[in-house]
Amino acid sequence: MDSFFSTYVWPAIIMVAESLLLLVCLLVFIAFILLADRKVWANVQLRRGPNVVGPFGLFQSFADLLKFVFKEPIIPAGADKTVFLLAPLVSVTLALATWAVIPLADGWVVANINVGILYVFAISSLEVYGVIMAGWASNSKYPFLGALRSAAQMVSYEVSIGFVMVTVLLCVGSLNLTDIVNSQKTGLGTMLGLPNTFLDWHWLSLFPMFVIFFISGLAETNRPPFDLPEAESELVAGYMVEYSSAPYMMMMLSEYAAIMLVCSLMTILFLGGWLPPFDFWLINWVPGIIWFLIKISFCFFLFAMTKAIVPRYRYDQLMRLGWKVFLPLSLVMLIVVAFILKLTGWAG
Amino acid sequence: MGLQAIFFYIFAFVAVASAFMVIFAKNPVHSVLFLILVFVNAAGLFLLTGAEFLAMILLVVYIGAVAVLFLFVVMMLDVDFAELRSGVAKYTPLSVLIGLIVAAELIVVIGGSTLSPSIKQTVTMPIPDVTKRSNTAALGDVLYTHYVFFFQLSGMILLVAMIGAIVLTLRHRQNIKRQDIAKQVARDPKTAIEVVKVKTGQGL
Repeated sequence: MDSFFSTYVWPAIIMVAESLLLLVCLLVFIAFILLADRKVWANVQLRRGPNVVGPFGLFQSFADLLKFVFKEPIIPAGADKTVFLLAPLVSVTLALATWAVIPLADGWVVANINVGILYVFAISSLEVYGVIMAGWASNSKYPFLGALRSAAQMVSYEVSIGFVMVTVLLCVGSLNLTDIVNSQKTGLGTMLGLPNTFLDWHWLSLFPMFVIFFISGLAETNRPPFDLPEAESELVAGYMVEYSSAPYMMMMLSEYAAIMLVCSLMTILFLGGWLPPFDFWLINWVPGIIWFLIKISFCFFLFAMTKAIVPRYRYDQLMRLGWKVFLPLSLVMLIVVAFILKLTGWAG
Repeated sequence: MGLQAIFFYIFAFVAVASAFMVIFAKNPVHSVLFLILVFVNAAGLFLLTGAEFLAMILLVVYIGAVAVLFLFVVMMLDVDFAELRSGVAKYTPLSVLIGLIVAAELIVVIGGSTLSPSIKQTVTMPIPDVTKRSNTAALGDVLYTHYVFFFQLSGMILLVAMIGAIVLTLRHRQNIKRQDIAKQVARDPKTAIEVVKVKTGQGL
């Protein structure tokens, strides 16, 4: 009986507890990120944004949650009911599943697997299914067009994201996300004789890739200026047209979870994860999770500002940018970086 | 090992059940969705055997790219299912034959180790300890160091095939307006506009 407990029950309890803790923290964080998005947008447009529920409108997202949950979900008569309801579930599950391998601080990771970055890449390439299923199951024109757009867009930009990741992996020599962060303790700054600072992180040494990753990340998560799948001026709300109440909320939630994932990937790949920006005792004393959160919030601020100030792309321009600009550029950069690493012997 | 066994049975059961559903589902889109479920569970099984890199590549390539195209084609086609099913009786002998061949091959593969005991040794021989060598590094060695020329060759063949497909299907239509960004950027006021002094009452 004792061995049964230690082999089956205990590992399961630990796994479930870690995942639950991560999920609850993540969802609360996303609730505030949603509010931050609206606040940034409002401030750029000289509006106030949500400011009624709670102090400074801080509890707006929770009020929205209750509103969504208590409304009646409406399923169109012509819809494929199973797939229609499965689509938001698939989206949310995949968007949250990726977080299992994201290291929030040194050792703070649910599953520290060898192929961490490949896992993230694989799961985020599955996220397109939630969109396609939603668009198809709605059995209506706008959602279907939105789904087609979204699928083509996500598949296109995944290619350049993949090459950017490969470039970083070349510099690191490991697919483990914790190793990727740790490798940024030393870098360009220390090579120039400076102490450990934020100049060591990959954002400086791989700056073009950082820019490509940021823009591709916008396209991958259907954020403005690439929000063509849900362009309200053309497709009403794209693949989400027919969704209401809780299923709609789940679609939104998965979208924001995916955005946070891209932000955290940017942090891990280019901004040094949980590493402090300066090697100074007061700054070193701040726990790594705080730095990680600050960095993701900064990345999200960039996303939010882009949404507020950049006009939407036309679809053919989007495809041109993905295939004719980013793909060759990232390929050439990959080859250049590989040659530099090989010829200088930095790869180790 | 306890949890792994449980997960093995979950993955295996769901994989086999959804493989059946691929065949029996009435709607082809549902079939493709079940096929994707089979892929996902196969990736899970790969993970359990320690082939983590293969599992992830299966997810990225088959599900992230190939199955999306599958799903696209099936969604866009307007298939008449009644007509599709009318030919079932005619093709039954052929499908039974193919099924038998596949079954025989499976039996040979699985039963091969009992027929000749020497095969069993080669199965376990080349696998080093998983904790010592990650299979990403091992596969990289095989592909990019030991068999790099074959790898390059297959890459070239695929490239040629891709270019061939593009050449065969690409046609430039003359009478549509295409955006030429370089041309747009190169425009300047001298060539684009003409300032004319119009005399009152005369026009141009």
